[in-house]
Amino acid sequence: MPDTSVQEAAYNYAYLDEQTKRMIRRAILKAVAVPGYQVPFGGREMPLPYGWGTGGIQVTAAIIGRDDTLKVIDQGADDTTNAVSIRRFFARVAGVATTTRTEDATIIQTRHRVPETPLKEGQILVFQVPIPEPLRMLEPRETETRTLHALSEYGVMQVSLYESIARHGRISKSYNYPVMVNGRYIMSPSPIPKFDNPKLDRSPALQLYGAGREKRIYAVPPHTPVKSLDFDDHPFEIETWTECCAFCGSRESFLDEMIVDDAGKRMFVCSDTDWCQERQGHHQEQKRK
Amino acid sequence: MTDAPLLQARDVTKHFAGRVACREVTFELWPGEVLGIVGESGSGKTTLLNCLAGRMTPDAGSVAYASASSGVVDIHGLSEARRRLLTRTEWGFVNQDAREGLRMGVSAGANIGERLMAIGARHYGDIRGVAADWLDRVEIEPDRLDDRPTTFSGGMRQRLQIARNLVSNPRLVFMDEPTGGLDVSVQARILDLLRGLVTNLNLSAVLVTHDLGVARLLTHRLMVMQGGRVVEDGLTDQVLDDPRHAYTQMLVSSILPV
Amino acid sequence: MYVAVKGGETAIAHSLDLLADKRRGDRSVAEVSLDQIDQQLGLAVDRVMTEGSCYDRALAALAIKQARGDLIEAIFLLRAYRTTLPRFGDSEPLDTSRMVAERRISSTFKDVPGGQVLGPTYDYTHRLLDFSLAAAAERPEAPTAPADTAMSLPRVGDILEREGVLEPAPDIVGRPHDLTREPLVMPATRPVRLQNLTRGDEGFLLALGYSTQRGYGNNHPFVGEIRFGSVPVSFVPEELGFAIEIAEIDVTECDMVNQFAGSHDVPPQFTRGYGLAFGHAERKAMAMALVDRALRAEELSEAATSPAQDEEFVLAHSDNVEASGFVQHLKLPHYVDFQSELVVVRALRTEVEARNQETALSQAAE
Repeated sequence: MPDTSVQEAAYNYAYLDEQTKRMIRRAILKAVAVPGYQVPFGGREMPLPYGWGTGGIQVTAAIIGRDDTLKVIDQGADDTTNAVSIRRFFARVAGVATTTRTEDATIIQTRHRVPETPLKEGQILVFQVPIPEPLRMLEPRETETRTLHALSEYGVMQVSLYESIARHGRISKSYNYPVMVNGRYIMSPSPIPKFDNPKLDRSPALQLYGAGREKRIYAVPPHTPVKSLDFDDHPFEIETWTECCAFCGSRESFLDEMIVDDAGKRMFVCSDTDWCQERQGHHQEQKRK
Repeated sequence: MTDAPLLQARDVTKHFAGRVACREVTFELWPGEVLGIVGESGSGKTTLLNCLAGRMTPDAGSVAYASASSGVVDIHGLSEARRRLLTRTEWGFVNQDAREGLRMGVSAGANIGERLMAIGARHYGDIRGVAADWLDRVEIEPDRLDDRPTTFSGGMRQRLQIARNLVSNPRLVFMDEPTGGLDVSVQARILDLLRGLVTNLNLSAVLVTHDLGVARLLTHRLMVMQGGRVVEDGLTDQVLDDPRHAYTQMLVSSILPV
Repeated sequence: MYVAVKGGETAIAHSLDLLADKRRGDRSVAEVSLDQIDQQLGLAVDRVMTEGSCYDRALAALAIKQARGDLIEAIFLLRAYRTTLPRFGDSEPLDTSRMVAERRISSTFKDVPGGQVLGPTYDYTHRLLDFSLAAAAERPEAPTAPADTAMSLPRVGDILEREGVLEPAPDIVGRPHDLTREPLVMPATRPVRLQNLTRGDEGFLLALGYSTQRGYGNNHPFVGEIRFGSVPVSFVPEELGFAIEIAEIDVTECDMVNQFAGSHDVPPQFTRGYGLAFGHAERKAMAMALVDRALRAEELSEAATSPAQDEEFVLAHSDNVEASGFVQHLKLPHYVDFQSELVVVRALRTEVEARNQETALSQAAE
């Protein structure tokens, strides 16, 4: 019967074996070479369930090294349970420094948000993706969506936006808002709020997207045009709030709504905890080895 | 392009599990012509239509099309990409069951606007305007623009399907029993509509029908099929008024006098 | 004054402690051992090995213990462990004709060469709860005939195939795509489908197989043969260049004989469906064989109209580790996406209410 302490010692650096990392890196290279194109990869079962970020974890595990500094966020926060869980995982299997400060991170793994702090060249943003196929809800068949991408047959997507305007008077898609990458592929930016879409356009950082359960990797290299789909007379718009952050006063960030009492009283707080704390003047240095 | 036929079929043959569905069909279609293919069910006419329209691959023979930009192309030699592009721009296909040629889950406006959006139209108001214009041309009430085809009658769905196909100004339209399954009075109105559109837009078409009345009304030339073979062809009026082949004679004589 | 919820790490640590506590249960009750699970809950072990894609009884038993009997959780544990195992090659194809069978039956003939060997099965039991099992008791060992490895159990399928009434089994050509290493690509080949099905959820396949019997793509199945027993696993190490036996594993194999295909000119033959599982798992092997045959609809020129015949639908949703993950991931925080939706819904509601007010006002004015 395998001894657990022996098991720990027997894991390769960053958990995945070198063959698997090589396979993932090849997929990443291919993805970077064709921005927005979904590259199939031989995803493995990971110690976290599918749906908990196995794609993002595999991408990070394939690229992380001892000199990296890792930040992990979920819904913009470093301290949500799953972000904590993933950060601990890498701290253990990669012996890597971790941080909550966006500025100090070399790799940022994220679920459902892009950090408010503008990213710099040399940083890598790894997105956790549930459904990599932006056309999936319009066309359930993989064989068909693959063909649509290959032939740039994107009429069905534009039709869905038209329909939204016809029904609601506006494009009602609010998160996972489809984008055109490098003028060629329609991509799902993962379920980030549309508020974050503009941050992807020509970002100096490298964007990597990992979908573990669906086994797809895609990428947007630095300085690549990423345009949210719209109509000329119904241009893309981001969310706005009338309130500001109750902690730091920010009017520029995405705000979480908290219900604070039984009467339904609400408070709005920055979703990006690091951004909020920076603005409050708290320097929460958390470098751990 | 007036020196080449728009569509040229040579010896088109297709089998199904040992049975021959259509055999060595050869014809030419010229711009502005409407060619009818008539026969009883099982005559092979729908199989032939599917082979012509690139939906099925014939076991033998060829289908050549004079495209707008690339000269004469062999339909079945094209890559899937090019064939699909052709289908959405230069061609139309009106199915007998409109549901197969429509997106039932989106509005009439979206259905009509799709081909425009597929080739890059990005102004919602303009697309809507064109769609509304087409609704009018196919005689659907303008206030139905945002309704889904699930709420339409059979005749209205068929009209919508026609509009969805014609919005891209196709050069060639394939029609498979376009009025099949509809009430007689509804049929009549759609036939009138089609006749008007074909004339006004100078459409070329290949129309499959078992109904000789439809053929008489819409087609210039007629091919009669029996058991997979073309047994007679010629100008529609000639074929219907003076049928030579015994089968055609039988078909013509069995039309119930009105 | 609202204080942001912190201490996620501590909460997680406490949750894990609680879980370990629940897993052990009442300390005055004896702890279950892996041997007990392997021996007395062996069919659970078989299922976990099959869907975990890893033949190791001890590991499967450990996974079941750790998962408190939740088999899908146990399957996940085993799969995750499998990810870390180095791969040193592929075995030779299993030759189930060399099986030392504990059980072999056929429904297509009353008797077959080698006989109908009933073996251990629930099939002939009456489902009456046996209260004597509530207490430990001495149970005599059942007498068994000596294992006759020389006894030949010719396959019913081979016999029918020789006569020509059953389509030949497909040839094994080259090394098949490995679904545990490479992603599923549609349309899938039959070997890939079979891999997907054998590690697919038994309940899902059972339901689909059942649906074919009730008319959703009926293929008139008969059990040509079911056999359960041990087969050797052979491997050709590079250094040796010839095959050596490295293990013996128990498998259950089901050959279904299905609706014949053929036409006026092509003489009809029965067609096949195939199922294979680790350990003793007849329900799984049979369901798999039914679905395998259903998914061959296009190959056999049948109209594919039912869910069991829809390759994309079946193969994309058969994996319970994937399914469980995605369904349960809804428990993760989604408050940012939800906030985005709230913003939209509120804006739309404001617009609709404003429009209705306008209409009401103008109507009142008339």
